[in-house]
Amino acid sequence: MSFPWANEYKPSHPFMKWMDEKLPVPRLVYNSVGGGYPVPRNLNYFWNFGFLALICLTIQIITGIVMAMHYAANTAVAFDTIEQTVRDVNWGWLMRYAHANGASAFFVVIYVHIFRGFFYGSYKAPREMVWLLGVVIFLLMMATAFMGYVLPWGQMSFWGAKVITGLFGAIPFVGEPLQQWLLGGFAPDNAALNRFFSLHYLLPFVIVGVVVLHIWALHIPGSSNPTGVEVKSESDTVPFYPYYVAKDGWAVGVFLFLFAAAVFFFPNALGHPDNYIPANAMSTPAHIVPEWYFWPFYAILRAFTQDFFFIPAKLMGVLAMFGAILVWFFLPWLDKSPVRSGAYRPLYKKFFWFGLIPAMAVLFYCGGAPAEEPFVMFSQLAALYYFAHFLIILPVVSAIEKPLPLPYSITESVLGHDEGSQIRPAHGATEATHGDTAVQGA
Amino acid sequence: MARILSILVGLFFTVALAWSFGKGAYTQITEPPAVTAEHEFHKHPKDVHFASDGAFGKFDRQQLQRGFQVYKEVCSACHSLTHVAFRDLEQLGYSEPEVKAIAAGFQVPGTDPNTGEANTRPGMPTDYFPKPFANDIAARAANNNAIPPDLSLMTKARHDGAAYVYSLLTGYSNQPAELLKEFPEAKTPAGLHYNPYFANLNLAMAPPLSGEGQVSYGDGTKPTVDQMAKDVAAFLIWTAEPKLEQRKQTGWTVLGFLLFATILGYMSYRNIWANKKH
Repeated sequence: MSFPWANEYKPSHPFMKWMDEKLPVPRLVYNSVGGGYPVPRNLNYFWNFGFLALICLTIQIITGIVMAMHYAANTAVAFDTIEQTVRDVNWGWLMRYAHANGASAFFVVIYVHIFRGFFYGSYKAPREMVWLLGVVIFLLMMATAFMGYVLPWGQMSFWGAKVITGLFGAIPFVGEPLQQWLLGGFAPDNAALNRFFSLHYLLPFVIVGVVVLHIWALHIPGSSNPTGVEVKSESDTVPFYPYYVAKDGWAVGVFLFLFAAAVFFFPNALGHPDNYIPANAMSTPAHIVPEWYFWPFYAILRAFTQDFFFIPAKLMGVLAMFGAILVWFFLPWLDKSPVRSGAYRPLYKKFFWFGLIPAMAVLFYCGGAPAEEPFVMFSQLAALYYFAHFLIILPVVSAIEKPLPLPYSITESVLGHDEGSQIRPAHGATEATHGDTAVQGA
Repeated sequence: MARILSILVGLFFTVALAWSFGKGAYTQITEPPAVTAEHEFHKHPKDVHFASDGAFGKFDRQQLQRGFQVYKEVCSACHSLTHVAFRDLEQLGYSEPEVKAIAAGFQVPGTDPNTGEANTRPGMPTDYFPKPFANDIAARAANNNAIPPDLSLMTKARHDGAAYVYSLLTGYSNQPAELLKEFPEAKTPAGLHYNPYFANLNLAMAPPLSGEGQVSYGDGTKPTVDQMAKDVAAFLIWTAEPKLEQRKQTGWTVLGFLLFATILGYMSYRNIWANKKH
């Protein structure tokens, strides 16, 4: 689907005409990321991060395939094959550092992408499916990143695998057999390393598949925008090509510049030194911590230090850690405010900037800190806010909040006037809100 | 309905967290955790600089050769260097014949061509540095039940890598009197050595660099303990990251290209959007 004013693909070259009849791939490209896809003209730079995420996925797949050519998933040699790649393979050090830092870059980009969605209400109708698929991608990314971190078979690889698979052991009755089945043994060993490698190679292509669905689902209603007001007429949009190709293009330049600075000058800044020590089942590291992008959820896991009625503390932590992400699936139905953009929601905006963002910052910090006071207490307060935000504050705020008046259209918000608004009787902007909602509901 | 359900789930998690927080805070007040000797006397590595530091850093090859000499004559008695091959030493500025001679000075595991039995033979440039102990059990037996770790990646496997190595090598001292007064039970056990730069303060390794002139440098540098420690730390930066120079040089080229490409990208973006208010 697209807007009626979308440019139509008109091949002129005989070969392209022939191609369009047999396999209209050029038409698909034209309508997806070319002149045939109208996009709101008022997108800000937060809307560049979806494209950046695609760049990150590409970097990870390419560098990963090269790494896999030199890697052996065997506990006896895994650590050494990574070192040989870095030392003796031409540009192997670059592939390794780009792949390790590429994971971090991917998560930086994806967190901005997700929080853009939180602020601008990107999860709301008619884009619920885009959001749900996005959360699926995030879960797949976490699984892929976790298994990838195990592959070098360093100390943090081993102990991280042990802790995370140990979480399944907290499930009542089936926990322990389930954990052994997942690992193929009683502790992480060769069987686990092999299956992690197999899945680490498989899942990125599953992610590619879900990304295709994510973009497909996005193209049905079209992109949202910072006002949250849906597209009404041609003057609200510009064709993706050349406008957003140019904007994404220069954003990719900035991103790659920062990424290259990290890869070439601080390649180990985000890694843990202990992972340069080969795995040793007999020696537990002083502080077992996952990679930084898991810290908020690791902090939530460790925040539950007391049994809650008949539920053991460990099981509570596991439920909360998974619940913290699963709650995102329900956002479209928890936040009932008809106004999408946080810019027009005075109360929600306050809770976002002074509640959710500081709570996430604290969880990030405490997840990487040792499990000692005062970090545990800080993470308990931050986790408390996190759950309250999504499950209590959001539903209540969306019921009681009085949103600010919305512009009539994207064009009006950009130019200050829109001829289209003249044909309607004079009305307050609040009424326009309701009119807009009615259109969305239709 | 959805809202009521959501608020109930929210209360479940928040009340559980409040309960954990309350109990934790109560314990914290009633039984504050005891301060440990490690917590109070452990020191962060000293501030030390190497030629390879910084975005333009390059190895000081003379220093790497001195550091290699310290490794060869002191450290290699107990510590392996498994990821480094003799051929790599050419990067330190040694010529091919020199590398051959260095390799031949080491005995590496081999096989007797006549009997097929395991023996040793002089090393060749393609060989890796041999391990000082046959296995972990032998290493433990010879070192008061501690395994001397491999040094190849040491400066990447510790926080503040090279500064840590340097600080540890020069940081041995007697236990401070205040420590023993405050924590009488934390007296360094027999067979261990006090070193405030080591995480738990007591280290199995005896001070390896014991005095000036332990090695004699060919380039006339005075072999003080401080100098030897610095040199071997610099050498271990190289063993952990032999591609460091190539990485930084490539980095500048890549950043230069990306800067150029980004400026072009920005200009075309401005050009394309020039007449479109947004």
